[in-house]
Amino acid sequence: MAARRFSLFVRSTTIIAVLVVAAGTAVLARHGSARFLAVLGGDVALFVGILPNVLAGCLIGAFVTQLLPRDAVARWVGAESGLLGIVVATMAGALLPGGPVTVYPIAAAFLAVGADAGAAIAFVISWTLLGYSRALIWELPFFGPDFVAWRVLLACPLPILAGLLARFAMRAFPARTQERA
Amino acid sequence: MNLALGVMLWTVAAALALIASRRSRVLLHDGARNGATEFLFLLPRLTIGVIGSGFLAEMLPQHLMAQWLGPGSGPVGLVLASIAGAFTPGGPVVGFAIGATALKGGAGAPQVIAYSTAWALFAFGRLFIYEVPFMPARVVWLRVAVSLPLPFLAAGAALLIGRP
Repeated sequence: MAARRFSLFVRSTTIIAVLVVAAGTAVLARHGSARFLAVLGGDVALFVGILPNVLAGCLIGAFVTQLLPRDAVARWVGAESGLLGIVVATMAGALLPGGPVTVYPIAAAFLAVGADAGAAIAFVISWTLLGYSRALIWELPFFGPDFVAWRVLLACPLPILAGLLARFAMRAFPARTQERA
Repeated sequence: MNLALGVMLWTVAAALALIASRRSRVLLHDGARNGATEFLFLLPRLTIGVIGSGFLAEMLPQHLMAQWLGPGSGPVGLVLASIAGAFTPGGPVVGFAIGATALKGGAGAPQVIAYSTAWALFAFGRLFIYEVPFMPARVVWLRVAVSLPLPFLAAGAALLIGRP
């Protein structure tokens, strides 16, 4: 598992690195070194700014994995938790603070301690579409309250729908699910 | 805002560490070590992703995107908007900036909703930098598959009710 994860990591990091080097070269060639340095400087500042949050996210993920009571998770968001489990997962995703570095480790922790894939999927989708921290910090300044409110309202049923679809898909193809799980 | 979020995250992390330390010293030690290991594991990828995202955004044909996402672009516009969302590199700044630019440049609200929903669900950068390494691969692809109709549902609902 660790070896597989490492090779996936190397492969996808290589793809991103190639894209970045190509884009960086193109910016330098088209817009000159002043623009190149301005973009680089802005990104480095952003990177240094988020590092403490990333470390906090990793620690939260690690402690949540240790502290979550497995039987409670299985009861609340396990395969037998029904529609309520998916709704609970959706609410948890909308309320959770932080970025991808917090959300995916926690979703993986949910899966490891007995949540079903439908609930984990509803959780992840809810965080991406409804997460309040993302909407407040990023979306509101760009779009204004009216657009954001309607966008979020229209998105409310989507994580639940996707979670139910995922459960349906897993029941339709149970053999493959068990084999890989 | 970044600072406020940081304070909030570290408060949660500290509270969890406190709960762990009350249960046992070993639990606290293991949690801190696992979290730090994860952080070091992510660091090279984050460095490339975050520092590189600005270059990727700089190379986007922004004026063309606003044109393709116009209110008269119909279902084709929704499909294009969803594909553009998935291919938008970089962090939330890039995705929301492009969506807002498109809206100001005359794109239709349903198209922009399709764009930002697809970007939230499928953005390749986030998918490969964060989701694939953290989550079991099968769950990730199942998640992507069941998410495919969602941008169209959100945009369709916006078209139906005529809002925003």
